[in-house]
Amino acid sequence: MNLVDMKTTQQSFFNKIFLKFKPGTLKSKVVLQKSKKYASYSIVYYLLVLISFVFLYPIFYMITYSLMNVSDLVNPLINWIPSQLYIGNYIAAAQVLNFFPALLETLYVTAVPAIVQTAAASVIGYGFARFRIPGKKLLIALVLFTFVIPPQVTMIPQFLMYRDLGLIGSTLSFILPAMLGQGIRSTIFILIFYQFYRNVPKSLEEAAKIDGSNALGVFLFIAIPAVVPAFIISFLFSFVWYWNETTLASIFFGDSISTLLMRLQRFSILYERLRSADPNFQVGRHINEAINMAGTLLNILPLLIVYFFTQRWFVESIDRTGITGE
Amino acid sequence: MKLKYALREALTGYAFISIWICGFLLFTMFPLFRTIWFSLNNVKITATGIETTFTGFKNFQDAFLLDVAFAETLIDYLFQLVVLVPIIIVFSIIVAILLNLKIRGKSILRTIYFLPVIITSGPVIQKLIDEGATTFPGLEQFIELSVLQQTFPAPIARVISFLVSSFIIILWFSGVQILIFLAGLQKLDKGMYEAADIDGASKWESFWKLTLPAMNPLIAVNIIYTIVTYSFFALNPIIALILESMYATGKGFGYASALAWIYFAVLLVVLGMFTYVIIRKEKRLTS
Repeated sequence: MNLVDMKTTQQSFFNKIFLKFKPGTLKSKVVLQKSKKYASYSIVYYLLVLISFVFLYPIFYMITYSLMNVSDLVNPLINWIPSQLYIGNYIAAAQVLNFFPALLETLYVTAVPAIVQTAAASVIGYGFARFRIPGKKLLIALVLFTFVIPPQVTMIPQFLMYRDLGLIGSTLSFILPAMLGQGIRSTIFILIFYQFYRNVPKSLEEAAKIDGSNALGVFLFIAIPAVVPAFIISFLFSFVWYWNETTLASIFFGDSISTLLMRLQRFSILYERLRSADPNFQVGRHINEAINMAGTLLNILPLLIVYFFTQRWFVESIDRTGITGE
Repeated sequence: MKLKYALREALTGYAFISIWICGFLLFTMFPLFRTIWFSLNNVKITATGIETTFTGFKNFQDAFLLDVAFAETLIDYLFQLVVLVPIIIVFSIIVAILLNLKIRGKSILRTIYFLPVIITSGPVIQKLIDEGATTFPGLEQFIELSVLQQTFPAPIARVISFLVSSFIIILWFSGVQILIFLAGLQKLDKGMYEAADIDGASKWESFWKLTLPAMNPLIAVNIIYTIVTYSFFALNPIIALILESMYATGKGFGYASALAWIYFAVLLVVLGMFTYVIIRKEKRLTS
């Protein structure tokens, strides 16, 4: 769209140069300078669009391959555009993934820890932002330190702890750490809230205190309403990161909960199992890349939908978190 | 009276933070020390509980002396970081500078560059790599692994082939970094550039003398972010190795704990080295 705009303006510029170019005049110098500017801008657009294409290439690949039928896949003449829009791969992949039940289960084990994590970070961040407490620097350093601890180091004792408590296969294995500010990348969310609360004018809270509110009242009725964007940002990122977490999920959930991504991990096995159990099925027993891509696309589709509606929050989040230092 | 107020404020503050302190002790500190203890033991999981027999540093010795896969994976991982981190940082600075120009369609472009952050997960990336969707077809035919192995030592050849086979994924890891740099660029003082322009500095000079020094803290943040995200990513071969040895016969939880700690120590050293370089550069610039 922008490229087309650029092209037409460029064209008119070239016309101008060729029609009115009189060497040595002041006007020609201005025209030259301007055309130079346009040339450099078209290089910038070219680069940016090229990078966008590289970024989106795997997604284009997924979409086109997932719509190919078996004969398209083996046809050497068909590279990018399928001969027809074949949705059989999606039906097969949805069957293998057990799509709708698995989607509901995934939403549940993703959204609940995300909400809990956000709530916990909002409380902890407030504590750090508002109160003068001894040892605060050390505590914040520890919060930062937890960011670089690999989950693999704490995973084994956590697993044993949950086993003793009978929490393996329960969502509580995700919810409990989140509740105490030790969920996936909790550090980032605590820092986001810390930054947001610090920008809330203190006079607002002091006024409420004079009116007789206690600390809890001030927090609930003054501070929280002032940082609603932090809640949205924190929830969205938590949601996405919990959705995409598979290492911990496969260890803590065991076999009793299987999220969409965990099913994608065992996609080929599940496919063979489903197919071999079906006596009517003879053709296409083996999984092909079209079904694989359809399954992958079905996995990221819910995230793409979420992103489509909330992308402004994601993209602007970094501006708002004040990482650039105010 | 004043002291009483300070005490009350501190106590209220601790009340808010107490949930983090409890969580830190319970889910981070305790497991961290327990893993150290496990790493010095042979751990057996039985139906009734955990049996540990003290073996000293045997697990660590085994990791380096007996386990061929571990040392090799660790070296590969370090090589990958050394190549990957500069690529991601330089790439995201360039993209951020381009996006910071007065161009139209900025928000669409930002949305596209950030998209991978949303959909990157172990199984999805694995499927994309398996199907060859993470690189352009021509590129892989252009550089073949067997040819590389003849000309370079094995770890370097593997790094190059990793770069070639999944170069889109490497760029996919730069979504957050681009936006962090962009936010930083937007905060820069325009007057500074005008002054430099009047003094006769070229765009190129003002990039090196003004933009880059101002970006230095953000470069440090992004380096740490890149290392941590890449290291914790589910497809990291070391993570796979740790998970594998948890249930492998003759290895078990004790051995896996030792691997996890070695990995953590290496990660800390790498992070320390990268930030040390940045801090030293910053000192040299300010002095």
